[in-house]
Order: sequence, then structure tokens, then C-alpha cells
Amino acid sequence: MHMADALLSPSVGGVMYAASAAAAVYSVKKVKEDFNPKKVPVMGVMGAFVFAAQMINFSIPGTGSSGHICGGILLAALLGPYAAFLTMIAILLIQCLLFADGGILALGCNIWNMAFYACFFGYFCLYKPITKNGLSRGKIILASVLGCVLSLQLGAFSVVLETTISGISELPFSVFVAAMQPIHLAIGTVEGLVTAAVLIFVFQTRPELLDAGAKENKFSLKKVLVIMGVIVVLVGGALSLIASSSPDGLEWSIGQVTGSEELESDGGVHDTLASVQEKTAVLPDYSFGNENVAGTSFSGVIGSGLVAGLCILLAVIFGVYKKKKKANAGKS
Amino acid sequence: MGKLSDAIYEVHFMDTIASKDSPVHRVHPLVKLIVTIAYIWFTVSFGKYDVTGLITMVVYPVALFSLSGVSFGHSIKKLRVILPFVILMGILNPFFNREPRFLLYGLTVTNGMVSGLTLFIKGVLTVLGAYLLIATTRIESVCYALNLLHVPEILVTQILLTYRYITVLLSEANHIFEAYSLRAPFQKGVHYKVWGSLIGQLLFRSIDRATGLYDSMVLRGYNGNFRHSRLSAVRWQDFAYLFVWGAVFAVLRFTSLASLLGGLFV
Repeated sequence: MHMADALLSPSVGGVMYAASAAAAVYSVKKVKEDFNPKKVPVMGVMGAFVFAAQMINFSIPGTGSSGHICGGILLAALLGPYAAFLTMIAILLIQCLLFADGGILALGCNIWNMAFYACFFGYFCLYKPITKNGLSRGKIILASVLGCVLSLQLGAFSVVLETTISGISELPFSVFVAAMQPIHLAIGTVEGLVTAAVLIFVFQTRPELLDAGAKENKFSLKKVLVIMGVIVVLVGGALSLIASSSPDGLEWSIGQVTGSEELESDGGVHDTLASVQEKTAVLPDYSFGNENVAGTSFSGVIGSGLVAGLCILLAVIFGVYKKKKKANAGKS
Repeated sequence: MGKLSDAIYEVHFMDTIASKDSPVHRVHPLVKLIVTIAYIWFTVSFGKYDVTGLITMVVYPVALFSLSGVSFGHSIKKLRVILPFVILMGILNPFFNREPRFLLYGLTVTNGMVSGLTLFIKGVLTVLGAYLLIATTRIESVCYALNLLHVPEILVTQILLTYRYITVLLSEANHIFEAYSLRAPFQKGVHYKVWGSLIGQLLFRSIDRATGLYDSMVLRGYNGNFRHSRLSAVRWQDFAYLFVWGAVFAVLRFTSLASLLGGLFV
């Protein structure tokens, strides 16, 4: 479910960075509140554990295929949701940098889609309420499967929303949703079952590890829902501002006064800045504008080919020069 | 298991190439991080039909591969991780947007074809941009740059510790899985009856290792605060690097350089 940079517009990437950063800042605050120095190395090593565990494939009975775990709910059950969220951020950043799994601009989206829903929503709204009156095999299975399925469904839906609002893909929203949700329902179920299997093993052999995770969250469901609501409104509001094709409040007001939704410019600096803004906005006036054919016609094709060719030629010349220099240095 | 040993090799390989010396390796990590983010930001900001403008952004990876001596061949391997999804999305574009855009030797090129191509180019360029950052900058230096950007200390420490322990736990997982494979040959994946115990054993080993790590840190004076090694200050060459690339990106994005150059010949 890792998103690539190419699927995003800078605006959507930026909004999701801001949302994920807000959740990270809150988590840092909560972890610091009851800071236990021992927890820092545990979080680090657990991050590496999830990283390694993600690489192991689990055969799905009767299907011939296999799946793997993502680890959000598992970490939240063992470390508590806030520490788990920070650990997931570290994992996603390393995956993005070292393995090119997810992009740098898309990191905010990936944190939100894969870490936030699992560590906060899946944990507080499902795992915690189900297991709050004590653990049992059945409760662990129910909580893990529901937690994983729901968080993956939300994550997959967010991928569709972020890609569609970015306006990069021509894939209609309904088709994209219809393709993503069922696949992630199956993935979520498998992940939930693997998570449950691991948690049951821990519960039967070293139950004190699950108690440590449970102690970390003196947090009411009501408070979580309030926070979720605020974030959803903030993110939804910011994204819909980017996406909406209807005039916003300011445009509407200008329209009422001048009869046009945009003020007329008087040239000069305004026009220059407007041109810069139009190019960086990506979604000028909520659409991709009227770029002409494939950029700027045939001369554009020739020009871009020239730039690329020139660069590669210079690089080759530079490489030959470096090799010669090295060879000369070796001789002398 | 191939996947696990591949990942161990990959971490070691990236560590090795990032430790090499070149003009690009010597640039301050904060400056490289900013330039990389700017490059990706400018690249994805191109319109979905602006193929020619986007192609000019190839200047950055070509120049950096050349200056840093990083192998281009290895970066191709990185593309295979994220590109399948991007290609799938791009391939579907022509089916959903059949509006004709222009004629090419009698063949109608549709908006969907152009936007699919743009998506593919963006995918390649953004992955190469990120790859060049980590291929020329050690992860410790990236963490140092994050520190300078006031990313919370606890998060930076998490990244460092997770990174340091990845190879250790990948090896541990590899041993466990190899032992399992020897007892269950020709089996695809881990049987559902041992899902819990197999990962659970890895989990316990990880926790025991974390306890040992904590004890050894305490013996060396750890009191909850981390001290990161400080790198040299930003030099004038770093400012020049930042300025030059900033100017190049701005020119490529805000001017129709491709058309201007092409106009000289057409």
C-alpha cells in the first residue's frame, strides 16, 4: 500500500505531511509524559523486528498464495499506540530511503495510511474496547482481525482519495475504490490472523509483555473520536479546498462585488507572480489548466530531447575523463 | 529466504556506497536533503500532459550520477519496487481518457496515453532523486539533518536505532526461516499452525536483545538523552550547490526551455 511520489500532487502531499506531523507531535508529547528511558531502545529494536517480520511470507490455507504483516496493531498492542506510531514512522522512513518503498513526498500519506489508522483508529476504536475487560484467545483474534481489517480498509480508501484528489490518474474514483477495497479486505484478514497468532503466542508464554502495552493508554474512546473528528474535518477541509471546482468563500464574495470570480490584474509584478503560482500550484483553479499538446508542440519535443541528450553526453564525457585521470594516476 | 538475505545485502550495499567520497558525498546532508525535496516537489508539480517539460528534469539525476560515481545499474533495481503500481495506473490511463491530443504519423495520441507516460516518467525521476540522496548520504547524516530541522529527538533516535538493528534482526529472521525451510521443504511461506510461534520467537529474541542493549547503554552512561555526533558546518560550497540546483529547477519549471531550444532547430 506504499504510495509513490508520482501519484501525488505537491498540495495533497503537503496536507498529508501536516496531518501526520500533527499526530507525530502529539505522540512525542504523550511518550515524553511518562518517559521511561528503557523504552527508547525497545522501540528501536521493535521497529527492526517489524521490518524483519514483514519480509516473512505466510501461506494462506487453501489459496496457494501468501501474505505478510504490516505490524501497526501488533506494535500498538506491545508498546502502546503512541510509541507504536513513532516506531512505524521510523520503519516507513527507512523503507522509503533504503528500499525505495514509498516516496519522500508521499511519506506523509504513507504514515497516515499505514501507521495512523492502525496505531490510533484500529487500536483505540477496536482493539482496546474489545480487550479492555481482560484478554482471552477469542478476544485477541476478534480484536486483531477487526483492527487490521478496518485500518487497512481506511488506509486503502485514503490511497484512492489522495490519488484522485491529486488528479494524476485518469482512473475514475468508483473503479479505483472497487479495485482497492476488496483486495485490502483479504490482505487485512490475513494480517489480522497473523497478528492474532503472534499475540496469542505472547499471551500464552509471556503475558506481561501485553500488560506493558495496555498500561500505556489511559485514554478514553470519546477523546479519540473527538481527535479523529477534528483531524478528519481539518484534512477533509484542506483537501476539499484543493479539489473543489465550486467557487470558495473568497471567490464568491469577489464575484458578488465585481461580477467575476477573479480580480482583473493590471500586469507587471502581479502577472509574473501569477504565472509562477500557476506553475507551482499543480491544480490551477482546481484543474490541470490548458497545457497545449504534449507540452509545447514539436519544438518542445526536440528541445527536451536535446536537454536530455546533452546531459547524458556531458556525463559520458565526464566519465571518460575521470577514467583517464584514474588510469594516468595509476601509471604514475 | 531470498527476500531476507537480499534485504541484508541491500542495507550493507547502500551503507558502502554512501560512505564513498565524491564532490556530491561531501555536500552537507541538510543541503542535500533540501535539494532532494525541492527536486521531487518540482518534478511532481509538472502538469499531467507536460511530457517535454518533465523530460528536462532528467538533468539532476544525470549530473548527480556522473559527479558522485554512483552506479546507475543498481538504481534500476530500486525502481522495480514502486514502479509496478505506477505502471499499472499509467497503463489504465489510455482506457479512461480517450480524448485525442495530437496526431503522430497518422496515429492518434490520446490524453490518456500522454498522462500515462508522464506518470511513468515522474515515477522514475522521483525514485532516482530519493535514491541519489541515500546513495550519497549515510543514514546517520540524514538523521543529523533531521535534527537540524528540529525533528523531535526521540523520533530521530528511533530511526537511528531501527536502522542499526535492521541487519541484526534480518539475520535472526533469516536463521529462523532457513531452519524452518529445512524442516518444511517445498512449502510456500510459513504454515498457519506455526505463524504465532515463528514470529513470536523472533519477537522474544528482539525484546531480549533490546533489554541487553539498554543494559549496555546504561553501563556507558545513558540517562535517557542521546548525543548525536555533530558534522561540519555548512560551507560556501554547500550554499553554491543549493543555489545552483535551486536556480536550475526554477529555470526548468518556469521557462519552456525545451521549446526554446527546440525552436532553434525547427
